[in-house]
Order: sequence, then structure tokens, then C-alpha cells
Amino acid sequence: MRESHIMKIHYGTALAAVGLVAVHILMRMADGYAESLEFANVVANYQFLPYAGLLEIMLILLSVHGFNGLRVILLELRQGPSYEKAVSYGCVAAMIGLIAYGTRTIVMVNVGMI
Amino acid sequence: MRDTITLRVKRSESGGFDTFEVPVQKWTTVLECILYAKHYMDTSIAVRYSCRQATCGSCGMRINGRPALACFTKVSELDSDTITVEPMSNFPIIRDLAVRFDRLFENHHRIRPYLEPGDADDKREHLQSPAELDRYIQFANCIKCGLCNSACPTMATDTTFVGPQALAQAYRYVADSRDTGKDKRLSIIDDSHGIWRCHFAGSCSQVCPKGVDPAMGIQLLRGYMLGFRG
Repeated sequence: MRESHIMKIHYGTALAAVGLVAVHILMRMADGYAESLEFANVVANYQFLPYAGLLEIMLILLSVHGFNGLRVILLELRQGPSYEKAVSYGCVAAMIGLIAYGTRTIVMVNVGMI
Repeated sequence: MRDTITLRVKRSESGGFDTFEVPVQKWTTVLECILYAKHYMDTSIAVRYSCRQATCGSCGMRINGRPALACFTKVSELDSDTITVEPMSNFPIIRDLAVRFDRLFENHHRIRPYLEPGDADDKREHLQSPAELDRYIQFANCIKCGLCNSACPTMATDTTFVGPQALAQAYRYVADSRDTGKDKRLSIIDDSHGIWRCHFAGSCSQVCPKGVDPAMGIQLLRGYMLGFRG
């Protein structure tokens, strides 16, 4: 993948994440900010599918943006073909892992495992 | 106006500084101070210079910590009794103040720094409007002195970064209405150590002795690559 395509995704995910995080914070404030992390509220949020979808999209956007940012920082720290390959594949694997772990929580709530 | 200044010259063999008392006048440049010390006090000082008028780009060095051309920096401008000269950062040192330019020239050559006409057999003049000229003319003033690369924080950590000099020159040719080699040029700088690694610190533009603004060129080129091609 060309670097310009990666960076377009990087900038796009940042802009989209800013918008969605703003919606997310507004919803938390409308809901009662202090109680938003109580167990029952969190489970209820995950069971409300439109909001769970919003959280899932935010997770994907922030993971893609964050791990690409980490890749860029690591590529600037050291150079070398094997190191750069390890960093690039490592960041993609970590990104997929984090998205899978976050998705797992939403899925577990919705299939009644929590 | 003081009569003498203390010149501190970084020496590569000892790793320290040698100090010289050098007579100065209102118009004395840092290069003249170094050459005075070299001619009358220590002939072993290694310094590269040629034109003495900010045209050849040979005498780039750090003067009181800031990359500058020694021939273009007057002692009176520095407002200091002590002048410290060191080799440019981000360049391998040959000796004392002389550095190797291999990386700068390699990167410069890589970006195809020449016009690529669409039809080589077309012998007509390629006329440009003043507006078309304005888009790139300041970038044509680059003298390849390397000060921008020396000031660049990304060059300090990323040994394969193309650098502001080459990127500004890439923009110079991409913005030229007569050039048809944009795609080849853009594909060269569109890699993991290319144009996207610039952090827009802007130090390259701060130190350019010819008024070129590489940071702006890089941002314009990025915009072009992101699809803003107005």
C-alpha cells in the first residue's frame, strides 16, 4: 500500500474519530456523566445496538489511527528492512488484536454471556 | 563595536573546541574570522568555502548553534563576543567544519531535479504566465547548501528520510507547468521515509539563506498528493 493511501486513511480516521467521540461525550453527558461507568449502565449501552455500533466504529477508527501513528514513530526511531517489516506487520497484528478484543466484549454482552 | 572576538572552532580530532582571538570590523563575516584563524593561527582548520557571496552553498555550518552560511553571517549581526562554529548537524563529518554531502546529493538526484518535457521533439518555446512562474520560482533559488537538512529534526532520527531540500525541489518541478514527470517524481517521495515523515517543524524555512520556504513546499506537495490540485 502506498504511503499516501495510508496517510489518507490516517487523516480520515482522525477526523471521523473527532466527530464520533464528540457524539459519544455528548451522549455520556446527557445520560449523567458520573454514572456512565457503572456496570449496569455499561451493559445497557452495549445492548443498545445503535450506540454499540458507534462504539465499535470508534474502536476501529482509533485503533487504525493509533497503531499507524505508532508505526510512524517506530519507523523514525530506527531504520532497516527487517525492522521496518516487523514494525509494520506488528502494528497491523496489534490493531487487529485490539479491535477483536473490543468487539468480543460487545458480542459477549449481546449473546448473554455477561 | 569591539575590535576582537573569541572564535571557538569545533575540532573533529580532539572532539573539543579550539579558541582563537580574531580581529573584526563592522563588515567582517564569520567565514573571514575562520580564514583569519586558519591563515595566521592554525593552518590545520578544515573548512569548505568558495564564492563568499552566498551563491555556492559551500560554507554551511552551525554558528552559535544555528545552521547558517559563514560567508553570509556578519559578526556584528550575532551580537556576541564569542562565536562558536561547528559542523552542520545530520551530515557525516569529514574533518572539523567540512561535512559530506553524499546523502543530500543522492536524495536530490533521486527526485529527478530536471524538467521532463512531454514531447522531446517539440522545439517550440514553452511559455509561462507570471502566475505559473510564481508557483515555483522561489524554490528555484535553492543553492543546495544543506542548511535545511541540518536544521530538520526528522533528518536527525530518520537516516533514510528524503529531507526538506529534496522535497522542496520535488515541489519546484511538480509545480512547473512545463513538466510532465509529476507521477514518477511523486511515486519516489511517496514512501515510508518520504514526504509524509515531515513534522512541519518549519526549521528548514527558518534557516534558508536564500529565502526558500521548504516547509511550505512540502505542505503544498502533500496537499497535491491528497488531491488538492487547484
